[in-house]
Order: sequence, then structure tokens, then C-alpha cells
Amino acid sequence: MSAANGIEVVGLVREYRKGPRAVDGIDLSVAPGEIYGFLGPNGAGKSTTVHVLTTLLPPTAGTARVGGFDVVKEGPKVRSIIGVALQEAALDPLLTARDHLRLQATLQSVPKSERRARADELLERVGLADAADRKVQGYSGGMKRRLDLALALVHRPRILFLDEPTTGLDPQSRTALWEEVARLRREDGVTVFLTTQYLEEADVLADRVGIIDHGRIVAEGSPAALKDEIGRPSVHAIPCDERDREAIARVLGRFGEPLGSTRDVAVRLREGVGLADIVRALDAEGLTLLDLELRAPTLDDVFLAKTGRTLEGAAEEAEVEPGRGGV
Amino acid sequence: MSAWAQIGAIVRRSVTRTARQPASIIPPLVFPVALLAVNAGGLRASTELPGFPTTSFLAFALAVPFIQGALFSTMNAGTDLARDIQTGFLNRLSLTSLRDWPLLLGQLGGVVVLGTVQAVFYLTVGLVVGVRFESGVPGILVLLLFGVIIALAFGAVGAWLAFRTGSGEAIQAFFPVFFVFLFISSMNAPRNLIGVDWFRIAATLNPVSYMIEAVRSLIITGWDWQALGLGFGFVTAIGVAAFALAARAMRTRLTRT
Amino acid sequence: MRRWNVVSGVAWRTLKNALTNPQILLPTMLFPLFFFTAFAGGLSQVSKVPGFDFPPGYTAFQFVFVLLQAAAFGGVFTGFGVARDFEGGFAKRLLLAAPHRSGIVLGYALAALGRWAITAALLTVVALLVGMEVGGGAVDVVGLYTLAMLVNFCGYFWAAGIAMRFRTIQAAPLMQMPVFLVLFFAPVYVPLSLLEGWLRTVASVNPITYLLETGRGFVAGDAPHVLGAFALALAFGCLFWLWSFRGLRSAEAAGA
Repeated sequence: MSAANGIEVVGLVREYRKGPRAVDGIDLSVAPGEIYGFLGPNGAGKSTTVHVLTTLLPPTAGTARVGGFDVVKEGPKVRSIIGVALQEAALDPLLTARDHLRLQATLQSVPKSERRARADELLERVGLADAADRKVQGYSGGMKRRLDLALALVHRPRILFLDEPTTGLDPQSRTALWEEVARLRREDGVTVFLTTQYLEEADVLADRVGIIDHGRIVAEGSPAALKDEIGRPSVHAIPCDERDREAIARVLGRFGEPLGSTRDVAVRLREGVGLADIVRALDAEGLTLLDLELRAPTLDDVFLAKTGRTLEGAAEEAEVEPGRGGV
Repeated sequence: MSAWAQIGAIVRRSVTRTARQPASIIPPLVFPVALLAVNAGGLRASTELPGFPTTSFLAFALAVPFIQGALFSTMNAGTDLARDIQTGFLNRLSLTSLRDWPLLLGQLGGVVVLGTVQAVFYLTVGLVVGVRFESGVPGILVLLLFGVIIALAFGAVGAWLAFRTGSGEAIQAFFPVFFVFLFISSMNAPRNLIGVDWFRIAATLNPVSYMIEAVRSLIITGWDWQALGLGFGFVTAIGVAAFALAARAMRTRLTRT
Repeated sequence: MRRWNVVSGVAWRTLKNALTNPQILLPTMLFPLFFFTAFAGGLSQVSKVPGFDFPPGYTAFQFVFVLLQAAAFGGVFTGFGVARDFEGGFAKRLLLAAPHRSGIVLGYALAALGRWAITAALLTVVALLVGMEVGGGAVDVVGLYTLAMLVNFCGYFWAAGIAMRFRTIQAAPLMQMPVFLVLFFAPVYVPLSLLEGWLRTVASVNPITYLLETGRGFVAGDAPHVLGAFALALAFGCLFWLWSFRGLRSAEAAGA
């Protein structure tokens, strides 16, 4: 499937000298016009994968084709068809937004006659028209991200790589960026490879999600399919009286496997169990609750099911385990 | 806590900080000696000029590292203090019962220790390569004393700049200015042998010339009381003025912060 | 065409930064002027030392050294910019956008040349204003500036090679110190024949001595070993050019 706008990765490995395997033999394929969400905690290997796919880092083993071109042998061709917004915005604080666009357009060989109009159009689109002639050193984090996106789009790339594009953004900027990404796919047919550590982002945006942990893809599919795979909902109870916690856990334990949680008592329900059965059982024991909730499976549940850890817990673990992980 | 104990505490911290930054210790030792080596080799021929006061350019130029090292002290003292201001450490100190002047004097403790180390180092280099001190052992002691005073005086200039600007980068930006003072002086030639008029006048107006000449006199002349008087006089005047300015700037900043 | 786009884009950005931010351009302009003033002004009597034979005078003698020094350091300072770009991540943008990455290295080189050209013009004007005499003709002048241009490339390619291997501005002393030493372990203040001791030994085998003698010869109108000096400068230029491209490969392998 090395179609013009797709991505195909086979057995990709990237080892760092004196370090662990940041990417440990991953296979994936992204169809043209698809938004692929690459989900995982910090240090899982997401950014390393993006660096390899965007020709910033050679792989240790395996092959990767982007837009039909081999990332090792045909780097210049890959670079000419991709747009990239990396985690760190990589901007020159002394240049203005317009300077950046001019530079990027020159580097990407956008015809001279089109450069100005293209810059104006993109500045308008990302809402930076008013700040276009100010030096980037005075920009907020959100403005830098928006400029980064505009720069990635200067040469109308067929494939767009966004490495954690909304990390550190306020909710409003985050939603605006999501809308822009969706529009790019819808109107321009751009293929998007998006890494994120936010479940909601992958859920809202991605057609398909690859979940990566310790450099390996542990699950892949559409968010709905992945959640269906887990299938069973969970029940979460908050006791009225903390002393009842154990008794409640014992009752709930009859209906499924317990889930680790500090705030509430939770179990993943066995097939065929309904909420009414649980309510009746708790009532029979005379246990009263502050809240009882039936939750549909989330991507975090998928992560938990595949790795035995929650996404949040894995992120914390990655923080105390320096050296493991991405770029 | 007495003022002296307060000074001691701040000095200890200042010395520890200086000692833990090889980047602030090595350059003041190495660069002046490297420049001395280059100039002593390259300008040896100028000792053949009629009226040149000595036959050894090395002896003539050995005075320069003492002054150049002191200029580094200015930068170090200023940058360290600016960092204290930027990180808020100065606020922490000012929240204690510490009085103003022990704080200032203590902050310069590290600079004085480094200044002494520098002076001993340059002196040793000079003696090792065979420079004879015309003023003998007492002259060497006076030279060391001069090294300490000049480090303190220039350190106070750095402290003043730090209190005024509160920025390490701003202090670094002053470096070229000190460089100009060093080079437009009698650093490489006695003033009477500077051929270009405006340069000779500038060197004559430049206090750094007199500091160099005071040190130089101890090495190549013996006891030249006029040179010593001018050298010590200028250093003392600069030191007193810098302390007064630094103290005022410190009070302004501590009121402000 | 695409490669030229990269070269011109990188050069434009680097020069624009330098021209619109005085803190970047001023040191490269003022330091050579200052050295020229301090050396030519403070040491003019040195030309009266027996055996000092340079008819155009001490100002011209020092002008050539400072011109070459400015060329070398103009290159090194551009290398600092390369290191800063790698450290700050901006280089990633260039590496991602440039189809042909060798154009990035050449773009910075063009910028280094531009920066030096500004400094050289200013230095020349000041030297002529303070009465520098030039014995050589137009060909000699072209020869002198071409030689300095090659030194500029050498300085830049050397520093860029270091910058792309270490990818941090903390490598600045490593870029700067060898250049400083090579420049100053040469006949800076007096001709080689008047140097003595270890400095004479070192200066005799220092390639900069060779270039300085030719450069001073151009100003005097009687340049010695012209072909040799150009061959030497070109050889070092090629060597450091290779060194910098290997540096780029090393940066690419490390993921910039």
C-alpha cells in the first residue's frame, strides 16, 4: 500500500547508543487521507517514530515509506511532500511570523510569485495576521504552535506530521487546532499522522489509533473498534461511609474483576451482568452509596487492558525512569 | 549575629560558589597568561627601541595579567550577583537580619579569594620564567596586596552594575568596555613610546595605565613611589566610588524587591 | 535550483538576523576595529625597531592581520549561530524543510561571507581614513580580499564542523580557541625575522604566517609566494569543507 499519500512501516527499530530501544520493531500503515493517532505515554517512542518517518533520524533497522518514498534512500523526496510540526516549535525568536513563512517557502521551493499570497492566506487561517510582523520572542505558546502549523502547511504537503500538537495549549486553542486538522483532511485530503498523550484527542480526531508502549505497538484500530475489543463496561462506586469500602468491594467483586483505583471502588463487569443486579446486591447488604456509575470503555481502558497500567500511571513511570524513551 | 559573623557567612557562601564554577576560575588564570606569552614573544623586538625601560618584554608585560585578571573579577562578581537577583536568592538574604554593608562586602569575598589566587598564579608564572623583581620580596608582598585591593575595587564595580541592571547578560555586555580600557593603555608600550598622539593622550587619561605602571614599577624599576602612589590612588578611588554606588544601588534594589 | 533555494533561504535568514539585531553584528564589526586601533595606534613605534622593513608603514602592516583575523572570526561567529540553531531546535526546521541539506551548510557560509564583507568594508574605510598607504595595485587588492575570503571560509567551515558535531553553544571555546591560537602564534606585531625563541619556531610552521606574508606583500605591492598561499588556503578550505559536511552527517545520524 505504498500509495501516494500513505505511510507504510515494517519492522522499524531505533536504538540509541547506550540507551534502550526507543522503537522496538513496529509495523503500521496509514491510508491516504486518514488521520492516524499515535497514542502513548511520555517516553513510549512516539516522537522517535515521528523523527524517523520525517527523515530527522535514521532507523537502526526496518523500513519506512512515506508517500511511497523510502525515508532512508529518498529523504529529499520525502521532505518535499511532508509538513511537520514537532513538539518543540523550533522557531527563531528574532524573526517575525512573516519572516518564518518567507524562509520556509524559500526552502520548500514555493514559486516566488506565490510566496506572499500564501503567507497572507496562512497567517489569516491560523489567526496570526495581526501579529505577523512581530518578533516571535514575544509570542505566547499557543501563537507559536499556530505559526508552527502554518509553516508546516506552506508548501501544501500531502502528508502532515503533528507531534503532540496540543500539549500545553489552553482548551480553546486545542479545539481550534482540532478543527483545523479535521478541515485539512476533509477539504484538502491531507493524510495526518498525529502523536498524542491525550485520549480525548485521539478519540475525537483519529480515524485509527495505534497505541505504543515501550517502543512497541500494543493495539491498533479505530477508537470504536478498540473499545469494542475491550467490550465490557465498568462500574464505579463511591461509598457514603469510607468504612464500607471493603464491603462494597466484596460485593462488586462478585460481578467482575476489580480495577485499581483510589477514589472509588471499581470493577470491569463480566458478560451479562447489568447495573440492576449490582444495585440489588448492594441493597441486600444494606450498603449505601454516594454515587454509582456505569462507564463505557475508554481508550485508557484499552491501554490498561493491553499493558496492565493506566496511561496516566505510565506517564508518571516514564518520568521517574529517565533514559527510557523518546527524543 | 555580629556584622563580622554575617560577613563570614556570606563570604563562605561566595567562596564556595566561586570554587564550584571552574568556568569562572580557569579563564581568568589562563587567558591573561596566554596573552602574556603571545605578546612577550611577538613584541620582544620593541625592547630595542631607544628609551624602552627594560631589556625583557616579559618583565615589562607581566604587570598586565594582574589588571586583566581584575577585569575578569568585575565580570564574575557582577554576573554572580545578578544571578542572585534573578533567582531571588538576594531576596532570601535580605529577609534575614543581615545588614546592608556586610551583605555587599560578603558578596565580594569570593572575588577577593579568586583575586588572591590569580595574583599568586601570575607571580609564580613570572618567577618560573625568570622575571626578576627589582623591589625584592617586600615588593612581591606589595604586589599581592595590590592584587587583592584591585580585585575588591573592580568586584565592587561589578556589584554596582549587577544591582543597577539585575541582569547577567547586561553585565556580560560590559565586557568589551573593560577590554577597551585595557587595550587603550600603556599595556604594550610605555606611554612615552606611543607614537600616535590621540592614543597616547587616551592612555594618559586612562586610569588603567597607572595601575599597570604601578605593578610594572615594582617589577622593573624598584620602589617608584610616584607610580605606586598613582596606582594605589586610582584603585582606592575607584574602589571607594564603586562601593558607594553599589551600596546605594543595593538599597534601591532591596527597597524595590 | 532547489539547492540554491536552500542556500539563499538560510543565508537570507542568517543575514537578516545579523542586520536587524545589533547585538549579533556589532561585536563582529567592532572587535576588529578595536584591535586595529589598539595595535596600529598603540604599537606604531614598533616599526622603528631595527630590521623592521615594511614600506607602507605600521598601519598597513596591522591592517592585513586584522583583515584576516576578522575574516576568520567572522566565520567562527557564524559557527556560533549554527550551534545555537542546533541547540535551540531551529536547525530541525531547516533539516526538515531542505530537500538538499548540503545547501544549509553553504547557506550559512554565504552569510558568513556577507558578514565579513560588511566588516571588511568598514575596516578598510577606517584604515584609509587614518592614512593607511597601499603600495599594491588593483590586482594586489583583489588578491588580498580573495585571500581573506578563503580564510573566512576556512574559519566558518572549521567552526560549523564543530557546531554540528556538538550541537551546543557550549562548544564555542572549541571553535574559537584554536583559531585564536593559530592567529596569534604568527608574526602579528613584527615580521617573522624579528620574532625570537619559541614563538619564532611556532610561527615558522604556522600556515597563517605564510598567508599573512602574502597578504602584507599585496599591500606593499610585492607579494611573495602568491600561488603557494592560495593553494594552502584552498587546501585548508577543502579540508574544512569536508570536515563540516561530515559534521552535518553526524548531526543527521544523531537526529539533529
